Amino acid sequence: MFAQSFKGTGALTKLMLRQNRLKILIWLLCLVGITLGTAATYPEVYQTEEDVMAFALTMDNPAMEAMIGPGYELEQHNTATIFANEMLLFTIIAVAVMNILLIGRSTRADEEEGQMELVRSLPVGRLSYLTASFNLALIINTLLFIFVGFGLYGMNLNGMNLEGALLYGGILAVAGLMFASFTALFAQLAETSRGTIGLTFGVLIAAYLIRAFGDTSIEGLAYISPLGWVVRTEVFADNHWWPVILSIVLFVVLTVITFYLNNIRDMGAGFIPERKGRANASRTLLSPLGLAFRLEKITIYSWGSILFLLSAAFGAILGELETYFADMEILQVYLQSMPGTTMADQFVSLIIAIMSLISVIPVITIALKIKSEERQNRTELVYSRPVSRKKYYGGYILLSVLSSIFFQLLIAFGLWIAGQSVMENALAIDSTFSSALVYLPAMWFVMGITVFFVGFKPKLTGIVWLYFAFCLIVVYLGDLLKLPDWMNNISVYNHIPLIPGEEVNWLTMGTLFGLALLVNVFGLIAYRNRDIVG
Amino acid sequence: MAVIKTINLTKRFGNFTALDGVNITVGEGEVYGFIGPNGAGKSTTIRTLLGMLKATSGEAQIFGKDVWKDAVDIHKRIAYVPGDVNLWPNLTGGEVIDLFLKMKGEINKARRDELIERFKLDPTKKCRSYSKGNRQKVALVAAFASDADLYILDEPTSGLDPLMEHIFQESVREVKNEGKTVFLSSHILSEVEKLCDKVAIIRQGKIIDDGSLQEMRHLTRNKMTVQTKEPITELEKLPGVHNIEKENGDISFHVDTDQLDTVIRHISSFGIIKLESAPPTLEDLFMRHYEGTADLNQGGGAR
Repeated sequence: MFAQSFKGTGALTKLMLRQNRLKILIWLLCLVGITLGTAATYPEVYQTEEDVMAFALTMDNPAMEAMIGPGYELEQHNTATIFANEMLLFTIIAVAVMNILLIGRSTRADEEEGQMELVRSLPVGRLSYLTASFNLALIINTLLFIFVGFGLYGMNLNGMNLEGALLYGGILAVAGLMFASFTALFAQLAETSRGTIGLTFGVLIAAYLIRAFGDTSIEGLAYISPLGWVVRTEVFADNHWWPVILSIVLFVVLTVITFYLNNIRDMGAGFIPERKGRANASRTLLSPLGLAFRLEKITIYSWGSILFLLSAAFGAILGELETYFADMEILQVYLQSMPGTTMADQFVSLIIAIMSLISVIPVITIALKIKSEERQNRTELVYSRPVSRKKYYGGYILLSVLSSIFFQLLIAFGLWIAGQSVMENALAIDSTFSSALVYLPAMWFVMGITVFFVGFKPKLTGIVWLYFAFCLIVVYLGDLLKLPDWMNNISVYNHIPLIPGEEVNWLTMGTLFGLALLVNVFGLIAYRNRDIVG
Repeated sequence: MAVIKTINLTKRFGNFTALDGVNITVGEGEVYGFIGPNGAGKSTTIRTLLGMLKATSGEAQIFGKDVWKDAVDIHKRIAYVPGDVNLWPNLTGGEVIDLFLKMKGEINKARRDELIERFKLDPTKKCRSYSKGNRQKVALVAAFASDADLYILDEPTSGLDPLMEHIFQESVREVKNEGKTVFLSSHILSEVEKLCDKVAIIRQGKIIDDGSLQEMRHLTRNKMTVQTKEPITELEKLPGVHNIEKENGDISFHVDTDQLDTVIRHISSFGIIKLESAPPTLEDLFMRHYEGTADLNQGGGAR
């Protein structure tokens, strides 16, 4: 009976690996490539003891701790610890996202779309599908551990040893497993893959915020968050292994609960019940734009809250930042290369740059929505009625534009209102808002590329995400990787001024806006003239 | 004037020819059956007619307008039910019906509610919890509650139970009685037989036979079962007789319709005790076309 429940797990595992091989390959290549690539540049960037110390000083402040976790003791600083301090948390988040998406796919999404039903009708055990999903997670995260662990050891940065390198790879892998098991657990609770992924991202964000709060104010709080543990390994210095063990324990506990719940529930069912809905549509639903909004409402609201909370979290540390910078006259002189701006201003414009990259994600997904609508044979329901393609897709594009404005306002508002309450010299309201809104043409351009590919070749929309990743790398690692100017300039974000420090070049902005308009219009025209398959 | 007219309609996807010179003419007030195996090009034809796929060559018109260029205009007078109804999982059936009706114009609330009642649909449920049949009901209610001159139905009953199928047939007859045109693609041949005035059979992107059922039967075979006082001799030598089988003293065989007279004259000389003759069913016609040159009713598939 027990063995029966797992029959066919091996074959299913192979099937899942095969199905996801491209995604897995790209994820692992990116994660390992960026980790090792960045590590390779460090010896050049931090050549002298002074470089290392300068870095240590800039890291030792609440803003940085909120973003990337607690730093190291001054005397522990070397190239390896700087690398870990800068890279670890963000890499962990990327690993978590990979696990959430892959495991969400092979659990609830497969169940929702019926692949699981097909498999379960074969002589396959009741728990085999779930076990295969876990195998998938184990394999991917183990590969990550091996490549990153031994890869880093091969890099041999100043301060790296085998134990540290393996711990670094290990903490990535166990963090990945934790979020894989969270995803699998929520796949039992929620009835939809959307709900599953939404809930797990909720946990990820909550874990990040609790850790940020814990790291900056009440340290005990940080121990509640799984992300709080994983940044406390002091890897390459004291090499604590307890976070790894704790993560594995949590993984095992979540896995056991998941299997239990999976075993007692019906296929297709979830533990969070479905509510009864309306028998008649409300007036606001009854238009293509209304439909688009209704379908994307959750995306818009949840991303809106994330962006607002993140901005407010950064805003909340501005007060401490102010006093911190005030104390450090030398640093102040050094950093104040831009006249007429305060340290806080510069910090804020940097935060807004990063937030504006995050906020373009939902802007892209809204413009992409029509592609999955088509793939799921739902656009034919609309286009068989007197609704033109321009009107329906135009609705999504308009919604995407409106959301981008909404998101940028929320980012500025979050920073400003939180800063207002903690700072002596509050942020200037106009420059904060214009600093966020100035990113709109860049965001519309990225959205436009999405529309362009949806119109011309929907299969190639993945390029948009590659472009997005590229923009992210330029903002986050551009200086570090010493990319040539022309390469940096491929990122539209590179052309946006950091207000208030930099002047707005209206010609550049106009050109960007024009380009954005152009790609959108081209995309829409192509969309009107191509075959709609469903 | 024809409601639907296609002339040499051809659609290629890369190297694959999905439609290969399709000619269809559907007159006003007709119920037109469109049958063919999976992958024969039924849905491709329909999606081309709906202006979602652009024809590679040939012409297609509905109400005398070009299906690609004037799609939006044409759709004001069309109601469509897809074969595989996929709805938005987080909207309720009632919301979807209202949304569809509003896209076409004003919502006729009384008619909507009457049809929901008739099809026994719970409009408060989220679409993700509907079965295939219930999703089809949503599309059917939205189609029949809207005011249309042409109904394009792509295998609309594949998920319905027999009771609902009956209600569906009733609804089709109703719109037919109002003089509306129906284009019905279906796998359920008995349904097509019951409802349709004209039928077209499509295979590998080509229309291989069309016309009224009567016309289509014309060049095919009747199935006969006879019992005679004396054993029939030389039956196999008569022209147009096929598939002779003997069972419990009965002899059954197929006769080409144009040889019917000769055959009956011949067998009547043996003293007929029993004579049954059945015209070919649509299924017989279909199978015959689908099997190409193979003989009708292999193994004596009597019904």
